[in-house]
Amino acid sequence: MNINESVVQISSLSYRYDKENVLEDINLTIPRGAFLGLVGPNGSGKSTLLKLVLGLLQPQKGDIKLFGIEAENFKEKHKIGFVSQKANSFNTGFPATVFEVVASGLTKKLGMFRFLQKQEQIKVRKAVQSVGMEAFLERNIGDLSGGQQQRIFIARALVSDPALLILDEPTVGVDAKNVYSFYEMLENLNKEQGITLVLVTHDIGTITDKVSHVACLNKHLHFHGETSEFEKLNLAEMSDIYGHDVHVLNHDHHHHHNHTGGN
Amino acid sequence: MISAIFQYEFLQNAFLAGMIIGVIAPLLGVFIVVRRLSLIADALSHVTLAGIAASLLLSKNSALFVGVNPIYMGMAFSVAGSLFIEKLRTVYKHYQELAIPIILSGGIGLGVIFISLADGFNTDLFSYLFGSVSAVTRLDLWTILLISIGVIIVIILLYKELFLLSFDEEYAKATGIAVKSLHFVFIIMVALVIAASMRIVGILLVSSLMTLPVAASIRISRGFKQTIFLSMLFGEISVLGGLTLSYYLNLAPGGTIVMLAVLILIVTMVSKKLSSQFGGVRV
Ligand SMILES: Nc1ncnc2c1ncn2[C@@H]1O[C@H](COP(=O)(O)OP(=O)(O)O)[C@@H](O)[C@H]1O
Ligand SMILES: [Mg+2]
Repeated sequence: MNINESVVQISSLSYRYDKENVLEDINLTIPRGAFLGLVGPNGSGKSTLLKLVLGLLQPQKGDIKLFGIEAENFKEKHKIGFVSQKANSFNTGFPATVFEVVASGLTKKLGMFRFLQKQEQIKVRKAVQSVGMEAFLERNIGDLSGGQQQRIFIARALVSDPALLILDEPTVGVDAKNVYSFYEMLENLNKEQGITLVLVTHDIGTITDKVSHVACLNKHLHFHGETSEFEKLNLAEMSDIYGHDVHVLNHDHHHHHNHTGGN
Repeated sequence: MISAIFQYEFLQNAFLAGMIIGVIAPLLGVFIVVRRLSLIADALSHVTLAGIAASLLLSKNSALFVGVNPIYMGMAFSVAGSLFIEKLRTVYKHYQELAIPIILSGGIGLGVIFISLADGFNTDLFSYLFGSVSAVTRLDLWTILLISIGVIIVIILLYKELFLLSFDEEYAKATGIAVKSLHFVFIIMVALVIAASMRIVGILLVSSLMTLPVAASIRISRGFKQTIFLSMLFGEISVLGGLTLSYYLNLAPGGTIVMLAVLILIVTMVSKKLSSQFGGVRV
C-alpha cells in the first residue's frame, strides 16, 4: 500500500434524508497520519458525513474512497474504528464487563463461528491498557463514569488495530477536568501509534492546539486545511464560515431553521 | 415422586421437557431482555395461541388434521407472527414498539374467533393456556429437544455476533455484520422456543419464563456470560421446583413455575438491597 495515499477521499458528495440536501458537494481528502478536527454547528451534517464514510448510509451523489478503494467495495472494515455520538447514550443497565465490550470490537475481524483465543485476549487487554483503563477490566460497563465509558468505547475501536479512528463528539458527557487528558490520549494515539484520527466536535476552540487539520462543515465544506492556516483566519472570516447559512441566507426561513435546529 | 417418575411416562415427559425449557427459555430471554424486546415474547405467545386454536378447530372439522399435534400449527403461526413483527418494524420506523401491540391484539382476536368456532373452551385448550404436567407427549418432548439443540448450537456459534447486535446494533452494522439476517435468525429462534415451551408453562405465562429469571440475574451478575449462566440457573430452579410442587399440590404448573420465578426475583432484589446497605461498596 502506498504510504502517501489518502485514507479517505470524498468527491462531489451530496446527501439528503428527505427532500433537502443535508450535505452538498463535499470534497474532502484526509491524508494518512492526519489528526482532523471536523467542526460545525449542531445539525450541520457532521454525523451524517461520518455515517456515509462508515457505509451506514449510501450517498445519492458523489463517491467515497477508503484506503483507495470505493467505499461499497471496501471489505476490511476492521481498519476503521468508530466511536459513535450515541456511544454515551447506550443502555447503561446492559450487563457486560469492560472486557466483553472491548472484545466485541473483534467480532468482524475474527469472523463467524470463531471464538476468542489467547492472542485475542491479549489484544483486548492491550487496547484497554492504551486508554488507561486496565484496572476496570472486570467491571460492568454501566458502573463506570461517562468519561471512563467513552475510553472503553475507544478501546473497542482500537482492538482491531484500525488505521483510521473516527470519533463523533466523544467528550459529550465527559466532565471538563477530564476532557484535556482525553485529548492528550488521542494525541498520543495519533503521534505514537500513527493512527489517522477524525474528531468531530461543535467546539472549535478547545482542539486547535491538538489537531493537524481542520474542516468546517455546514452543509457545504467551508474550510479545509492545516490548523496553522485555520488560525490565520480572522474573526469575520471565521464567523462567516461558521454561521454562513444563518447570516447570509436568513431570508430563507425554512432553510435557516433546518440548519440550526436538531442534532 | 422419584418412583412416580419412573412409573409414569407422562411425568418423565413433563420433567424432561421442563428441564430443557428451564434452560433454553432464559437463555434466549437474556438476549430478548437486553435488547428491550421483552414484549415480543408476549405478542408471539398470543399468536401461538391462535395457531393452537386453529389446529383444534381444523381437527374437529377435517379428518386430515385429526391427531396432528397442535404445537406445529402453533409454531407456524408464531414464526409467521415474528416475520410480521419485523415487517411492521420497518414500516413504522419511528414507532417500532407499535409492532408488538398490533401483533398481540391480532393474535388474541384471531385466537378468540377460532376458539368460538371450535365450540369454546375445553380442557385441551385450558392446558395450553396454563400448562399441564400430564399433557406433554413423547412427541412434544422430541420436538422440544430438537428445537433446543438447534437453538443452543446457533447461540454458541453466533455468540459474538449476537452479543454485539444486542449491545450496539449501529456498531455491528458499521463493522459489516449482517445485522438483518442475524436478527431474522434470532426472532425465528424466539418464535420456535415460545411454541415449544407453552406445553409446560402455558401460553399466558411463556414470556415470564423468558424474562423473570433474567430480571433476577441482571441485578446481581457481573458481565454477560454470568448473566446468562445465572438466568439459566434461576429458570431451571423455577421449572423443576414448580413442576414438583404442582404435582404434589395439584396446581397448574405454569402458575407455580412463574410464582417461583417471582420469588427468586424478590430474593435477589432484597439481597442486593441488603448488601448495598450494609456491605457499603458496590460490587
Ligand atoms: N435519520 C435522519 N432522518 C432525517 N433527518 C436527519 C436524520 N439524521 C439527521 N437528520 C438531519 O440532518 C441534518 C444533519 O444532522 P447531523 O448529521 O446529525 O448533524 P450534526 O452531527 O452536525 O449535528 C440535521 O438537520 C438533522 O435534523
Ligand atoms: Mg452529530
